[in-house]
Amino acid sequence: MSESSSLYVSPAPATAPVAASTPAAEQVVLRTPGRWGWLRGAVLPALLLVVWEVLARVGVLPPNLLPAPSRVLATIWQMALTGELWEHLAITLWRVALGFLLGSALATVFGALTGYSRTLNQLLDPLLQGIRNIPSLAWVPLFILWMGIYETSKVVLIAVGVFFPVYLNLMNGIQGVDRKLVEVGRVYRLSGFQLVRRIFMPATLPAYFVGLRSGLGLGWMFVVAAEIMGANKGLGFLLVDGQMTGRPQTILASILLFAVLGQLTDALLSQLSRRLLRWQDTHRVSN
Amino acid sequence: MLRINHISKQFGPVVALDDIDVHVRSGEIVTLVGTSGCGKSTLLRIVAGLDTPTKGRVLIDEEPITAPHPAVGVIFQEPRLMPWLTVRQNVQFGIAGLSAAEQAQRTSAVLERVGLTAFAEALPRQLSGGMAQRVAIARALVAQPSLLLLDEPFSALDPFTKMKLQDHLLEIWSYDKPTLLLVTHDIEEALVLSDRVVVLRGHPGRIHQTLTVDLPRPRRRTDPDFQLWKQRVLDALDVTTDEPLLA
Ligand SMILES: Nc1ncnc2c1ncn2[C@@H]1O[C@H](COP(=O)(O)OP(=O)(O)OP(=O)(O)O)[C@@H](O)[C@H]1O
Ligand SMILES: [Mg+2]
Repeated sequence: MSESSSLYVSPAPATAPVAASTPAAEQVVLRTPGRWGWLRGAVLPALLLVVWEVLARVGVLPPNLLPAPSRVLATIWQMALTGELWEHLAITLWRVALGFLLGSALATVFGALTGYSRTLNQLLDPLLQGIRNIPSLAWVPLFILWMGIYETSKVVLIAVGVFFPVYLNLMNGIQGVDRKLVEVGRVYRLSGFQLVRRIFMPATLPAYFVGLRSGLGLGWMFVVAAEIMGANKGLGFLLVDGQMTGRPQTILASILLFAVLGQLTDALLSQLSRRLLRWQDTHRVSN
Repeated sequence: MLRINHISKQFGPVVALDDIDVHVRSGEIVTLVGTSGCGKSTLLRIVAGLDTPTKGRVLIDEEPITAPHPAVGVIFQEPRLMPWLTVRQNVQFGIAGLSAAEQAQRTSAVLERVGLTAFAEALPRQLSGGMAQRVAIARALVAQPSLLLLDEPFSALDPFTKMKLQDHLLEIWSYDKPTLLLVTHDIEEALVLSDRVVVLRGHPGRIHQTLTVDLPRPRRRTDPDFQLWKQRVLDALDVTTDEPLLA
């Protein structure tokens, strides 16, 4: 049946007038404050920007330390025109994407294993927890020594950052699956694989998404570290470059771009999780 | 059809059940009553194949039970719906092996019977407790079990919904005549539904008495005979002892 496709996503309640009115009404209630909440959240940053701009223009802020926002934007615009910007953006995004995929893929495998199997948990988890306690940046010299200064070491470092939140959340999520629901599966004599697909996977999805989102956040953090350590392209390189050449506007441009990219990619994941987890009975639809 | 043969169950040092022996004929409705903690749920879980007895065995149609049996349905004390599935998908949960057409047809029919057709596409979080429990009942019924195990299925419901669902269960029973083994704390419920009431007592749980309820059906809760039977069950439970009865 079409169940595999519709397993996580509830179909639109089109045929049932009574039931359909309920979720629709709820969503309206939830979304209306959300729309205005966004505006409210923009008030302070906007005010800050204006004050900053004014202070910079009247010369209160030294331009060689804190240039006006308009100059930062102009810098970005300039880079966009020369095409330089896209190169930096592309390479940084590429590194994060690869690291995120690698890290979360490995974390999914290990998290699934240690979540389901007691034996594997006892075998693997202490080691992984031990590794987790090493400040991840401490790996940098070793990775550079092993894999050179180019892409591999950067991607691996990012993957290490992404790995742990995904791993921990998935493992805890699986271990926390309601025994009572699993028993329902047993009553209907689901095979091990069916239990995983029809109960464990959907039940673990919320925790998994929490892991993915914090993993992505760490991925962005680690790409900065990786690019500061040594790169000749990328947003992190712009940070170093701006510092070396005494151009704070470049540094601020890079910071701004990091913020935007981080926000965008997180919103993407958040949107996906909201779609998949519409069934959750939460106090509030998460953002 | 169901034979519970001298079952004992121990949880470590705790003896939960001691030498329980119950035989249930096909189509019979048998109720287990007893004080809290005397092992009723444990017994039901063993019959369901979710737990194994320390001694003795359970036979369904002469087949020893070691794992959940395909012809057995279970309704738990809580609805236990999958929160990510709609009402319809929850009802279909246990019949994924059937053809899509068969699934759709059975599901619609059973939803109609429990009066939830309008909520077929709703999610569990949008249901009241009573509605959720009805979905759980529908999920068990849709598989057309020949033996249905019910562990205090209505205990979380208000008296009106409860009565309605009891009548409902009888109505459903009158169609297919499945065998029903039901645990309850509610003596009226036991008397409305069952052909026999098995009274368990104590720690460890033992069968104290088996009462054959010969009240004619349909039973009316207000009949004098019904009241008489209530007293009889209360006496069997021996509510005057220090053990609290109604949890
Ligand atoms: N998994 C378990 N591990 C250890 N002891 C258990 C377990 N399950 C049940 N018991 C014990 O077995 C005894 C019977 O429990 P059971 O849940 O079957 O009682 P019950 O008759 O269903 O009670 P109630 O009417 O309150 O639901 C209790 O003493 C309980 O502590
Ligand atoms: Mg119980």
